[in-house]
Amino acid sequence: MPLLQLKDVSKRFGQVVVANGVSLQLEAGDAVGIVGPNGAGKTTLFSMIAGDVKVDAGEILFKGRPITRAAVAARCRAGIGRTYQIPLPFEHLSVFENALVAVHQGARVHGLEGSERALDALVRTGLIDLANRPAGALGLLHRKRLELARALATGPELLLLDEIAGGLTDLEVVELTEVIRGIRADGVTIVWIEHVVRALLSTVDRLVCLAGGELVADGSPREVLNSEAVRRVYLGGAIINEAVS
Amino acid sequence: MSATLVPDVGRTVVRANYHPAILIGGSVVVAALFTAAPWILPVAWVSVLNNFFLLLIMATMWNLLAGYAGMVSIGQQGFIGLGSYALLYLALKGMSPFAAIPLAALIAGAIAVPVTFVLFRLRGGYFSVATWVVADSAMLVILSIAYLGGGTGRPLPGLANLSPTAYNHDSYLATWLTALVVSVGTYLLLRSRLGLVLASMRDSETAARSSGAKVTSTRRWIFVIAATGCGAAGAVLAISQPFVQPGNAFNINWLAEMLFATIIGGIGTVEGPIIGTIVYFVLYQSLQGLGAWYLIIFGALAVAVALWQPGGVWGLVRDKTRFELLPVGYRVRDK
Repeated sequence: MPLLQLKDVSKRFGQVVVANGVSLQLEAGDAVGIVGPNGAGKTTLFSMIAGDVKVDAGEILFKGRPITRAAVAARCRAGIGRTYQIPLPFEHLSVFENALVAVHQGARVHGLEGSERALDALVRTGLIDLANRPAGALGLLHRKRLELARALATGPELLLLDEIAGGLTDLEVVELTEVIRGIRADGVTIVWIEHVVRALLSTVDRLVCLAGGELVADGSPREVLNSEAVRRVYLGGAIINEAVS
Repeated sequence: MSATLVPDVGRTVVRANYHPAILIGGSVVVAALFTAAPWILPVAWVSVLNNFFLLLIMATMWNLLAGYAGMVSIGQQGFIGLGSYALLYLALKGMSPFAAIPLAALIAGAIAVPVTFVLFRLRGGYFSVATWVVADSAMLVILSIAYLGGGTGRPLPGLANLSPTAYNHDSYLATWLTALVVSVGTYLLLRSRLGLVLASMRDSETAARSSGAKVTSTRRWIFVIAATGCGAAGAVLAISQPFVQPGNAFNINWLAEMLFATIIGGIGTVEGPIIGTIVYFVLYQSLQGLGAWYLIIFGALAVAVALWQPGGVWGLVRDKTRFELLPVGYRVRDK
């Protein structure tokens, strides 16, 4: 049984079509990258999977069960974790408390084991030394890591990463990629939207390209990046050539 | 309080930032002093303390509602009124008013449940105005019930067999014990998982939802708890009058006072309502000779605090000293 299935999912905001009959299937253990130009509907796709945005038409199944109408919290508790492109830390809580909220609410684990899980999420994302720091005092890299830690603390089977490497330096991207590879190695299925294609290629084994709310390519990273459709979408093409070589 | 050991990362998670024995010991001493108050203090002081605890209950509830859950209700006087009238009804049916306090509070809380399904369709200012409408509607319904005394109200039965001294003592103790239960309960709630998720919702509702928090039902719980607390305040108010009348029970002044105390003390802090209630009574006692001027001074002070010191008195103390009298957070320490 596929972990996640999107069947002919459509969504429009007024006149703007952000998803036009998108169908997608993920198996447990997959690591899939999503690329596409700005406004292609990538983040909206995540929001529809995680429940922040309701679909106009189509169906979404998680572990074989329809979740199309389920609330955000219910989807999180079912095993879908997500990060936001612009980090949304609980600014007045400490880094540890940020993770603990996710353990309590998402993973439904409390008490001693809950604390352990929250600490574990901080260790894995390299935030343990900042555990008592107010999240509002963190810089961008640490905010991105906190997004990851919090999503991880919900105990996800499917992790949706939205431009988690955006805005970071090359070295920071490498470090973060290591963390994500570690998460994948623990069996968490990953879907990753990223403009930093190089970061994606080191982690994913499947690439999906979205443009204008439609899925224009789906396959191995090399296939997708070399496909005519994707080259048309990315007029410049140079970035991709550089990444593949 | 309890330290949890996490061997694999070599860290410990602790709750209070100073020894819990001090917290518990201090609370026991304070509690014993207030319980003994009617025997050591003059009657007039006991009456002031009674009003103090009444306001403390209300401010604590409003702080929970507006400061923690972001629901700026301007209709809490509705639940105070409902608590008063629920107690009157139960007393008229033959229950001892003192024994009926918890039940009266629960009745106010139960009425809040269906109300949330209407109110929660509204946001921000619309929500606030609607809470006021609910309070006024509740009063209009009560006004129309002749059994409860209509517009003129009714004396609270069931207290005639008490001597004036016994009545004063018992009435004070009822208010004090209710304030104790409400304050300790609220503190424990804010230290619990519910308190943590409330704090997270205050910072980002979106992130709270996608971390698995059921935002709406959490809010509903808080609204109902705050209504129950205000109902309890209404119940002990009825006993301390002891006459239940719509103009007093549903008085919007209760709202003004709880708002003032919360804002002055520090909205969204555990200690705020306590500090604010103390400030309110100190100011009230020293300014009441000025007639209507005291209201103008109170209003100006509340505006000034909201503008220049939005964290209130406690916010200032906490920022300067990093001290927490009633800690709710978690600290990670090396083993």
